[in-house]
Amino acid sequence: MHRKRLWIVLDYLLLSAAALLFIAPVLFMVAGSLKPDARVLSEMDSLRAVLPAQLDWQNYRDVFARIPFGRYLWNSALINGLIVGLGLIVNALAAYALARLQWRGRTLILAGVLALLIIPFEAIAVPLFYQLSALGWRNDYLVQVFPFVANPLAIYLFYSFFLGLPRELEEAARVDGAGILRTFFAIVIPNAKPVFATVAIVTFLLYWGMYLWPLLMTVDDGVRPLPLAIATFYTLPPVQWGDILAFGVMMVLPVLVIFIAFQPWFVRGVATTGIK
Amino acid sequence: MTRRTPTSEHTIAWLFMAPGLLGLTLFILVPFFLAIVLSFTNTRLGSPLPVEWVGVREYVRLLGDSEFLRAMFNNLLFALVVVPVQTLLALGLAVYLNRPLRGRAVFRTLFFMPVVFPLSLIAVVWILIYSPDANGLMNHVLRVMSLGHWQARDFLHDPLWALPAVMLTSIWQGVGLQMVVLLAALQAIPGELYEAAAIDGARAWQRFRHVTLPQLRNALVFVVIVTTILAFRVFDQVRIMTQGGPENHSATVVFAAVQAAFDRAQVARGMAMSVVFFLVVLAITLVQRKLFKQTRS
Repeated sequence: MHRKRLWIVLDYLLLSAAALLFIAPVLFMVAGSLKPDARVLSEMDSLRAVLPAQLDWQNYRDVFARIPFGRYLWNSALINGLIVGLGLIVNALAAYALARLQWRGRTLILAGVLALLIIPFEAIAVPLFYQLSALGWRNDYLVQVFPFVANPLAIYLFYSFFLGLPRELEEAARVDGAGILRTFFAIVIPNAKPVFATVAIVTFLLYWGMYLWPLLMTVDDGVRPLPLAIATFYTLPPVQWGDILAFGVMMVLPVLVIFIAFQPWFVRGVATTGIK
Repeated sequence: MTRRTPTSEHTIAWLFMAPGLLGLTLFILVPFFLAIVLSFTNTRLGSPLPVEWVGVREYVRLLGDSEFLRAMFNNLLFALVVVPVQTLLALGLAVYLNRPLRGRAVFRTLFFMPVVFPLSLIAVVWILIYSPDANGLMNHVLRVMSLGHWQARDFLHDPLWALPAVMLTSIWQGVGLQMVVLLAALQAIPGELYEAAAIDGARAWQRFRHVTLPQLRNALVFVVIVTTILAFRVFDQVRIMTQGGPENHSATVVFAAVQAAFDRAQVARGMAMSVVFFLVVLAITLVQRKLFKQTRS
């Protein structure tokens, strides 16, 4: 019996050691955000690196004084809200047409969408930048939203889910005289909540941290999202580490709250797609 | 049964498809072909020369371009190190967590947490961890582990250490993602298989070797391929942590393409790099298809 208890203790020690590797940088960030700049660097070799002696909120005040944090947060929320929201509608509609409706060109378009799945965004970022710049389209919200609304991965996820729905549900609605639109909105969508959640989470994770595209397409702080704000902090000497870490904490806090609240959905969404 | 006429279904289908199709065409298909077309020209932003076809000149140049070759080599090295290390770590964590264990969800959440952090933030926090001072976090940890033998160094500005430093950051961020995929696959293995193996007298290692691994094959292939493709897509960390330096020792293909086309206005060269990058990803995807087919037959 004692032996068994010893094993359990060892087990949890091992797990906690592994967990520590994952949370140490996060603790370090939080602790550093609550210290004067000089201490962030000087205390890295002691326990004080992750446990500050006292809480100093000056860095947080500095962040608000140095950058329009609220503006950046709003930009990020707006851009990602639009990508996710519009994406759900556009991709679900397209996927339903591909999965369930009879029309000429269906097989060809389906093959085309699947082929687009393998083009990574990084391969088209530079040509897309030139294409849109040539049209004079730069530096606003929509140029950060529209390129990501229609998404082959989202269409594919919806498509596979719709294929797996029992046809009887839709057929019963049709027999009762419901048209395609009624059937889709009243029968299919309420039965497809899990895939809507998965697609919303996967697209959110894909684009929330987006860095390359807004870096290429925007110049004004007025429309730039949070991930770019951190770069402005970093390139303006002298580097104020405390401010950067405070900014970091404020930047991840909203996502972390959403993540912890919807944790099972996040895990399921990622586990079924393997995509971040 | 009141069936709609085929024409009306046809029209509704195209209406459903239209917004998606428009987006995919404008923002994926057109730039994709634009990249191919421009890569065969001499396009340069702000150049007085007229734009003309130059055939495969840019591609031939890339073959002799030490900057590009270095970037390609770095991506290969990145994949060769990160893919096996990250997959094995993820497999270990997944297997370790896949048993009745109080607090399992808490540990899973902790391992997965870095995945929801934006890479740009992670990169900046790790710049601090790699601080060149003797008491920098990484330098300090290595000194303690080596019992004081470790000499402090500036990881991100050291030709030997810049790329490994970026690799470690990427592994830290990405391993939770793979763990979750593998854990889901482990939980889908029917318990009867293990019971049957136990009746046959299989030991833990034999059960892992002959039940777990074969059942996990597709998930593992998937994880390896996704990670390999991600290893070729690396950009954010490099841009923020090392700017490709020192002397391109940590530059990647996407980084080089962005630098050429964006920072130096060498449009055709950047496009050629983008096309080569796409071909590499295409090749990896084809290998994946092949590996998946083998399991089915």
